[in-house]
Amino acid sequence: MLTPSQTLGPFFSHALPYAEGPFCVPEGHPGAIELRGRVTDGAGEPVPDALLEICQPGLFGRCPTAPDGSYHFRTARPETYLPLLIFARGLLKPVWTRVHLTPDDRFLDEVDESRRATLVATREGEAVYRFDVRLQGAGETVFFAI
Amino acid sequence: MPADDPHPPYLHPPYGSTLLRAPAQPLLAPKLDPEAAELVDPVYGHRPVGDLDHDLTRQRPVEPLGERIIVTGRVLESGGRPVRGALVEVWQANASGRYAHDLDRHPAPLDPGFHGFGRCLTDDEGRYRFVTIKPGAYPWRNHPNAWRPAHIHFSVFGTQFAQRLITQMYFPGDPLFEHDPIMNSAAAARDRLVARFDLGTTEPEWALGYQWDIVIKGAA
Ligand SMILES: [Fe+2]
Repeated sequence: MLTPSQTLGPFFSHALPYAEGPFCVPEGHPGAIELRGRVTDGAGEPVPDALLEICQPGLFGRCPTAPDGSYHFRTARPETYLPLLIFARGLLKPVWTRVHLTPDDRFLDEVDESRRATLVATREGEAVYRFDVRLQGAGETVFFAI
Repeated sequence: MPADDPHPPYLHPPYGSTLLRAPAQPLLAPKLDPEAAELVDPVYGHRPVGDLDHDLTRQRPVEPLGERIIVTGRVLESGGRPVRGALVEVWQANASGRYAHDLDRHPAPLDPGFHGFGRCLTDDEGRYRFVTIKPGAYPWRNHPNAWRPAHIHFSVFGTQFAQRLITQMYFPGDPLFEHDPIMNSAAAARDRLVARFDLGTTEPEWALGYQWDIVIKGAA
């Protein structure tokens, strides 16, 4: 008798986010990466009221999106992929996706070739990666049943 | 999806915000080996949970207005195993139906005695307990004359990230149930979202008590 999921709703930013949330490791941490991107909806509009969470051994990160739909994390480089969980108003249950830093990961073999690129971050700097999330429509991000 | 999946669909047209946010493509069901990154234990050690974090009526110099209530219950895995030491977070509107959030435009009064956020860790039996005030119903713009039934938002962690749940708890007998597309997105499982009034939890001369258990999927 599982408890059903319900939407995060729009009014959580006075409650769930905290200042250190996006920073899973301190600045200058060896091997740290920065991950940033935007969440957009089926019309390509930013989603300004989403909450993103990541989890790695010993680490947890949480970041709300800004008015332009953007988010950012600083965390350890994942061994394989980084699981990314997104809650939002309008999402009655969250979406799960996976951030891969390279396109040659074996986990990507399970994914249809035409959509694989949505799971691969773009390298923007030495240790800076961009990963945009498209909830719906052209270029829709691959989401997983977890 | 398993047959006993109680979760709402992504697309639920009566709730208008799902129209442009619901993924249209089918979900991929990956093989989760025991080392899968989703099965990691979420660690949220940034801020230790304080002794008063569970009491939403004692976070300001003045007490909030409204009907004081106790909300308690257990966090369980679907097999019945209690989830111990798990973080439970709650947030809610004040007694007038207004959130202490910059973008809430409902013309109901803010309450200087109420911020509307609390947290606690479950005990060895998986039990959580909050002291708060009963939130008010509030209007929203989903459809003409739309009102949300009174509810408390709950965020729950298990021992694996994959068990993560965010949901809402409702109060028994609310006449707004049948008019609320969010609650009704859970279809027949919507009753599981309704707390039970409990005289045993009620504290004489002080606060009404409600019981509500939360069941998350079992750890893999
Ligand atoms: Fe709400």
